[in-house]
Amino acid sequence: MSIITVERKVLEKNDELAARNREVFRSHGIFVVNMVSSPGSGKTSILERTLEYLKDSLRVTVIEGDVQTDLDAQRVAALGVPVVQIITNGGCHLEAHLIQDALGTIDLKGVQLLIIENVGNLVCPANYDLGENMKIVVASTTEGDDKPLKYPGMFRNASALIINKIDLLPYVNCHLEELKSNALRINPTLHVFEASCTTKQGIAEWCIWLKEQVTSKKYEV
Amino acid sequence: MRVGTFLALYNSDSLRKSIVMHELSIAQNIIEIIQQRIPEQEWKQVTAVRVKIGAVAGIVPDSLKFSFQAITAESALCNARLITEHIPFRVHCRTCNSTTENEDGFAMCGDCESTDIQVLSGTELHVVEIELEETEQVV
Repeated sequence: MSIITVERKVLEKNDELAARNREVFRSHGIFVVNMVSSPGSGKTSILERTLEYLKDSLRVTVIEGDVQTDLDAQRVAALGVPVVQIITNGGCHLEAHLIQDALGTIDLKGVQLLIIENVGNLVCPANYDLGENMKIVVASTTEGDDKPLKYPGMFRNASALIINKIDLLPYVNCHLEELKSNALRINPTLHVFEASCTTKQGIAEWCIWLKEQVTSKKYEV
Repeated sequence: MRVGTFLALYNSDSLRKSIVMHELSIAQNIIEIIQQRIPEQEWKQVTAVRVKIGAVAGIVPDSLKFSFQAITAESALCNARLITEHIPFRVHCRTCNSTTENEDGFAMCGDCESTDIQVLSGTELHVVEIELEETEQVV
């Protein structure tokens, strides 16, 4: 028997393509956010509120990732923001090469912020670098407070956590402080925001922080 | 791109081929690494592929083995077995200098609970080595 030593990262091909995407973004001066969450946490609603808040002061473009339908892209387009829809046909996450393909259809000139809304899934997207500056994880109060413990990968790799549906706290079995402390046990550096897309509570605070990241380029990698 | 021209739907064949469920996609990536290292005429001799999986890599070893087996069953790689090695989540504490392990992925020292830690291991997902049977002697 002979043994061939390999020692290679399984996802190195994706990582290489992500590095290429990152170079494209850097050369155009674009700050890129990869939004992840479980299905139904309100990623698209957070995105809508974010676009409403930021679209007049930042040039924003969106890439939507969904298993089926362009419903989310329609919601973004209704706000007058350029958007490309990627349909994965059953695939549970976006990969760097899909972003590379999508970039071919976007006019990147002048874009300051690109928001990629990943497929709703708290497992797989954590493994796939797309070339983003940071991941933002959305968790909603209706999902309970133990999500960070059950899906640590996503919370470990994120820069910020938006706790959505904060207005529903009185009606659901979710302890806000527990949710926060669980998330911080996995990732003590997480920036935590509390938001409601219905009452718009916390949206301004999150958007001001995001805009700061875009303009300060602190996250440049 | 103009506002409103948004329906660039990606339904290509390359997409169908490359995007699949999680562990299946990981298994495909492992097979591609084998392809790059081992010439196709030697695939029948590949008896094992050793993979390191970190405790918090988000991979279920049994699902990965199942996926790998499912993809390779009808191929020249049908003799290859996927062997997984579990790597614990290990952190080094900058406060009390101890090294501790936990399976939950807590970024916290197991001794003094400080969060000023450095992750030493547990996030990896690596192909380590490929085992080949020697070519049979011609009698």
